[in-house]
Amino acid sequence: MSNTLDASTAPLRAPFAPGGPYEIDPERARKLLEIALRRGGDHADLFAEFALGASLVLDEGIVKSASRGVSLGVGIRVRRGYAAGYAYTEDLEWPSLVRCAETAAQIAEGEALAVAAITERAHPDRYRVELPSVLAAGTLKRTMLLEADRAARAADSRVQRVEASFAESFREILVATSDGRFVRDVQPMIRFGVRAIAEHDGRRQAGSSGGGGRKGLEYFSEPGKSPEDHARESVRVAIAMLDAREAPAGEMEVVLAPGDSGILLHEAVGHGLEADFNRKGTSNYSGRIGTPVASSLCTVVDRGDLDHNRGSINVDDEGNVGTSATLIEGGTLRGYLHDELSAKHYGLAPSGNGRRESFRCAPLPRMTNTLLLAGPHDPAEIIKSVKRGVYAQRFGGGQVDIASGDFVFSISEAYLIEDGKLTAPLKDVNLIGNGPDALGKVTMLGNDLQVSDGIWTCGKDGQSVPVGVGCPTIKISAMTVGGTAIGK
Amino acid sequence: MNQEKLSTLVEDVLSRLLKGGATDAKVVARAGQDLSVRVRMDETELVEEAGTQSISVRAFKGQRIATSSTNDLTAVGLARLVSDALELCDLSQEDPSAGLPDPAELAKSYPDLALYDAACGSVTAAEAVARARRAEKAAREADARITNSEGASFGRTTGGFVMATSGGFRGGYHGSYASLSVSPVAADEGGKNRTSGYWSARRVLAKLEDEEAVGREAARRTVALLGARKVPTQEAPVVFDPDAARSLLGSFAGCITGDAIYRRSSFLIDKLGQSVASDLVTIVDDPLIVSGPGSKPFDGDGLAARRNVVVDKGVLQTYLLDTYSARKLGMKSTGSAASATGTGAGVSNFFLAPGTASHDEIVRSTKQGLYVTSMMGFGFNAVTGDFSRGALGYWIENGELAFPVSEITISLNFQELLARIDAVGDDLDLKSGVASPTIRVGRMTIAGS
Repeated sequence: MSNTLDASTAPLRAPFAPGGPYEIDPERARKLLEIALRRGGDHADLFAEFALGASLVLDEGIVKSASRGVSLGVGIRVRRGYAAGYAYTEDLEWPSLVRCAETAAQIAEGEALAVAAITERAHPDRYRVELPSVLAAGTLKRTMLLEADRAARAADSRVQRVEASFAESFREILVATSDGRFVRDVQPMIRFGVRAIAEHDGRRQAGSSGGGGRKGLEYFSEPGKSPEDHARESVRVAIAMLDAREAPAGEMEVVLAPGDSGILLHEAVGHGLEADFNRKGTSNYSGRIGTPVASSLCTVVDRGDLDHNRGSINVDDEGNVGTSATLIEGGTLRGYLHDELSAKHYGLAPSGNGRRESFRCAPLPRMTNTLLLAGPHDPAEIIKSVKRGVYAQRFGGGQVDIASGDFVFSISEAYLIEDGKLTAPLKDVNLIGNGPDALGKVTMLGNDLQVSDGIWTCGKDGQSVPVGVGCPTIKISAMTVGGTAIGK
Repeated sequence: MNQEKLSTLVEDVLSRLLKGGATDAKVVARAGQDLSVRVRMDETELVEEAGTQSISVRAFKGQRIATSSTNDLTAVGLARLVSDALELCDLSQEDPSAGLPDPAELAKSYPDLALYDAACGSVTAAEAVARARRAEKAAREADARITNSEGASFGRTTGGFVMATSGGFRGGYHGSYASLSVSPVAADEGGKNRTSGYWSARRVLAKLEDEEAVGREAARRTVALLGARKVPTQEAPVVFDPDAARSLLGSFAGCITGDAIYRRSSFLIDKLGQSVASDLVTIVDDPLIVSGPGSKPFDGDGLAARRNVVVDKGVLQTYLLDTYSARKLGMKSTGSAASATGTGAGVSNFFLAPGTASHDEIVRSTKQGLYVTSMMGFGFNAVTGDFSRGALGYWIENGELAFPVSEITISLNFQELLARIDAVGDDLDLKSGVASPTIRVGRMTIAGS
């Protein structure tokens, strides 16, 4: 096991970990998987999870509430062809685990399948932390929230309200499979955020800034990541947006700032390349491997293997090592994101993208950190090349219709570009486009790749998982901007 | 776990918190049974079945507050739950507005709202698969252009919850919910697929729409999107079908809660008693509807739930308040506390009251405009009311749905949007906690080609 914890981290150990009251060792896992496959089936897996979460929330200058939560359970899945039976239990007593395996087994009918000898597997260690944040003194976190509050209020007299939050989690998982794998991982996460509301002359605007990742409190020592830095950034946005004017409506040139604009990739490409949709032929990218789906400037990768990133995983929730998958290379579609089921369908090795929100859910092909790699252009030249368009800097989120490929993303900080210069700030606006069409119109790509700070959460089929995005400055020659001002 | 066991558990944890140094506390426990299945192309894809249980507490030490929760109900898990809450109280800071409601305000008795249907809980996996399969089959057979499917799902959940507070409140109830949805796929030009869907959900199993009807409606909505195209950028009337209108109402709901108001995160601050919408608009939050999807007999603070008319003929009558936000605003709670252990108000059955026009009359009386069936994205800023979202639907030409439309956005500040509602349909269907009939907004900006 490459991820160990010593005695000082005892409060974090899962009840199913070695020495725990409900230890699940390879032998017990094998017994359960045998029960799961007693009625037949092709494959069975067991997923045990112990997640500790905590948060502190500051509002009106005080830390109003502190909270903690524990989530513990085991899910067992039996696969038969493309069908899966899934059951979970929150009670780890042996009879409950057996009942759980039997319930999952109901999907199958036929001869019992033998379970391979189960052995513990090592995996890379991409997010070791000195001290898991959940073990750090709560007073340190409280102080950071208060510092953020002070910094935001000091930054501008128009700041009327400040909210700040610190959320952390520590998740231990165990995966055992009927083909013999037994894998454990521990996954730390922190997320810090500040939201400021500024008011002036009857106008009111909010700005926010946040970040984090699979890190400990050392995150706040990184350049530009202190509580005060986030506070000042949130104020900067709120103040800038006080003067926002109506955004234009219609098709125009759009320039996306580096970093968080990676949402474009996530929505326009990423979801459509999740292999479950393609296996079923319901994605607009189905059957298009080897064909152009983007401008030749575009190379898109999904990197579960980045150190300490929000979307990174040592192993996915099916026990496969997180990898780097090339999705689009020079504009040509190269591959999809796979979980075990889709990898089997395509005759490929799993890409380490089988993820789930918790033990309550069966895994699905999901993104990790999705990046558009850097291009050849100077970012300043990109802005200069635009006569009239929109520059998008901060984002609220996005959504895609997998079948058609139509996607939107909402911009919370945007500027008008006039004659190659950023001019007026614009009110919140949505951009809408179609995946292959929008990526085909990437006519300039910056040399300034940035990976987003850790704030994004992706939803699919009701399951949320942490993800990362990243990209350089991007110019799209025509995209529909959903403002209110026509012809202005 | 039955209600009795939940009660015993809650009393035990409550007394441990008080003995451990909490000056006040609230404890909530839940237990339930879930089943969900999905079939695709007539094959079973997923059968998921489980029992769930959880307990959460809100502890007070004077005016310092902490919350903790767990689903680990072993002795170790419960001990941790209690010690975490007590320890965390020392980390939070004194909040002058914190505290349980005045005991005099607590609900002493509450109505039976028929929230539970035993038939929901007795649906077996095989029966659930059969229902989903029937619905998907009906969709695939309804139209030859349906060539694929994202599947059909059937789910049912039953469960109970019990709440106790040191202020003397004791209450609990159980509920059920069943749902059926179908998402057929039709192949369109240019390698695009089109999918839409239809769903039905009810607390009472027998009141779910018939599987064949759900499937056929899903197919109709899907093939209707074939050939969807952009329209030119322009201003035009926009008709929202009940599903799309429901989404608008959901955005509005987030702006009238007490916490959005005291946190100055709503465009409706300082608007009580003023006109905030056209006089056709009456918006009600009514937790007392028998078997309503969002119904509840008491709120998360233990106050009797009550019907609140939020907007009456366009005039904002009240915010939805829990005890905490009411204190912050110097008002009285409206019995709308959403969560039993967090703070904040929320909606129950929150709907735009039906008008008199039929759906067809609204479309027929629209000479030219957009008919929206679904929206995409998060383009709503509650602080300013700025609204801009992706939309999918049809173009209306001379009062008829002429052709499908996609890849456009609609936008307008919410204050204007509400004021410009010039038609409200009679087709309210309370299948989810937030619901609306068909509505028309007189003029919005449509961004397209």
